[in-house]
Amino acid sequence: MTETSSHEPAALALENVGKRFGSVIALSDVSMSVPKNQVTCVLGDNGAGKSTLIKILSGVHTPSDGQMYVNGEPTTFTSPREALDMGIATVFQDLATVPLMAVWRNFYLGNEPTRGFWPFKGLRTKYAKESCKAELAEMGIDIRDTEQPVGTLSGGERQAVSIARAVHFGANVLILDEPTSALGVKQSGVVLKHIRNAADAGVSVVFITHNPHHAYLVGDNFYLLNRGQMMAEYTKDNVSREELVKAMAGGAELDALAHELGAKG
Amino acid sequence: MSTATAVDERVSKASPLTRLMRRPEIGALMGALVVYIFFAVADQTGTFFSLDGTARWTDVASTYGIIAIAVALLMIGGEFDLSSGVMIGSSGLFAGLLITEYNIGVWPSIFLTFLFAAAIGFTNGWLVVTTGLPSFIVTLAMFFSLRGINLGVTKLLTDTVRVAGIAELPDGSPRPGYESAKAVFASDFSAYSFRIAVVWWLVLTVLATLVLTRTRFGNWIFAVGGDSNAARNVGVPVRRTKIMLFMYVSMSSCLVGIISLMRLKSMQAGQGVTQEFIFIIAAVVGGCLLTGGYGSAIGGTIGAAIIGMAFIGIAYAQWNTDWTWLFLGLILFVAVLTNSLIRRRFQGARK
Repeated sequence: MTETSSHEPAALALENVGKRFGSVIALSDVSMSVPKNQVTCVLGDNGAGKSTLIKILSGVHTPSDGQMYVNGEPTTFTSPREALDMGIATVFQDLATVPLMAVWRNFYLGNEPTRGFWPFKGLRTKYAKESCKAELAEMGIDIRDTEQPVGTLSGGERQAVSIARAVHFGANVLILDEPTSALGVKQSGVVLKHIRNAADAGVSVVFITHNPHHAYLVGDNFYLLNRGQMMAEYTKDNVSREELVKAMAGGAELDALAHELGAKG
Repeated sequence: MSTATAVDERVSKASPLTRLMRRPEIGALMGALVVYIFFAVADQTGTFFSLDGTARWTDVASTYGIIAIAVALLMIGGEFDLSSGVMIGSSGLFAGLLITEYNIGVWPSIFLTFLFAAAIGFTNGWLVVTTGLPSFIVTLAMFFSLRGINLGVTKLLTDTVRVAGIAELPDGSPRPGYESAKAVFASDFSAYSFRIAVVWWLVLTVLATLVLTRTRFGNWIFAVGGDSNAARNVGVPVRRTKIMLFMYVSMSSCLVGIISLMRLKSMQAGQGVTQEFIFIIAAVVGGCLLTGGYGSAIGGTIGAAIIGMAFIGIAYAQWNTDWTWLFLGLILFVAVLTNSLIRRRFQGARK
């Protein structure tokens, strides 16, 4: 897979990107590329700079140094809207849906289907409700009642709705911020399946996580971020899960992790 | 994971009753029925229940309701407007001064006054979204500024604290345009003297409900109030939505200001002050959450109806009308308590 994609430009790439907030260096000299139709995982512990990286990729922050490329073209985003317009959708951990709004209203938020002309332009509510249910069902998400507020869904369902929405509205690149961190084992599995489905459907996915087990299950490429720097780069062919976990943890925590790994396996 | 078509065994279909009870205004509707029956029984004059009585309380409710609907939409959008009461006075005075001091025609003055109100609402909204200060503070500042301007400018131009002489020219002949403006904003109809303001109120209720539930702008109102970060992340124009809502509230106050001016043929400089909380009470009684993101336009209408019934019902029960305020306080508390209980019971929401 890597061989074929090396010819065409990466969907998203960073070259020597750095970000400073005053005297604090959040990221320095980070280079990475997100090949098309693959899942690229960014692994890092708390404080590694993952949030800053996401915010640069999604247009919330502009990098202090370095250059960003979209489809090989040098690009600078000044707002999330610009990133969205170029097909780069970000699903932020807790900021992707409005809890008090109905599922279907959330699904179409910002892209509402309308009918008629101003001032008689109306929301196609019946169509929206039905197509939302159908779209979600297609992704394997069975929502009982699209009228129920998103706040009543479980964490996994909420993530799934956000991912389905981003895919439905033509995202080429999907950036996922810790989509599995707050979820149980089974729910994580469901979300991971949606991530894989999205990549198979032609979306380039950036999956940001601190869980190497989850990353290894769905990822094609892996980047390891620590203290604001890119420490290592792997592809699925040249790394095993054990190596990935080891690289991620290292040192004294290894025994505890090996134990956790053993219990899981 | 089950297949897409399989029915989720954990969930039963929501019953029609549950669906009904999920509506934000259901608590207010039941409350309105209780209040109506209460005053119909307590009535000493035998008129509350009649069409005459209905015309009376809908009259009070209509001028509160027109603004309460707008305030409800603004609250769903996550903001407050404390200048909504004083804007009644400001608009009435603005129109009145244009008509009497500057001899501008009645209709052009009304048009200019709506522009003025839109500008005030824009200022409120722009300041809120630009400074990031709580709208409570920004509109409180606007409230006091306008209160000062109302008094200061009125005294400066008329040497009194009121603007009068809307209906007649200085020579005593009828002012052109006044009768037609009165017909639109302040006429009565039917043998029972229902006020035209009631029609404005009901039409605006229907329009606001349609906008809120059947347009993309309505979807945005819920989104900016529910979680403005999430809304911005999916591309909703949060700033524009909020500014439009502030403009709608100011222009509603303006409508009521014009209605009052046409009715009374004059305007006091202090008109409308202290009413801002009545609109907020009506919206909250109608099921709007103070934290935003939840509520309905019709809730504001029902809230206003309850307040109208209270004002008139207490008079018909021949109690001292001073007790009205105590009644409003109790209604507010009981309604919010009931709403939150209903919400928890039927929605299974987390807060």
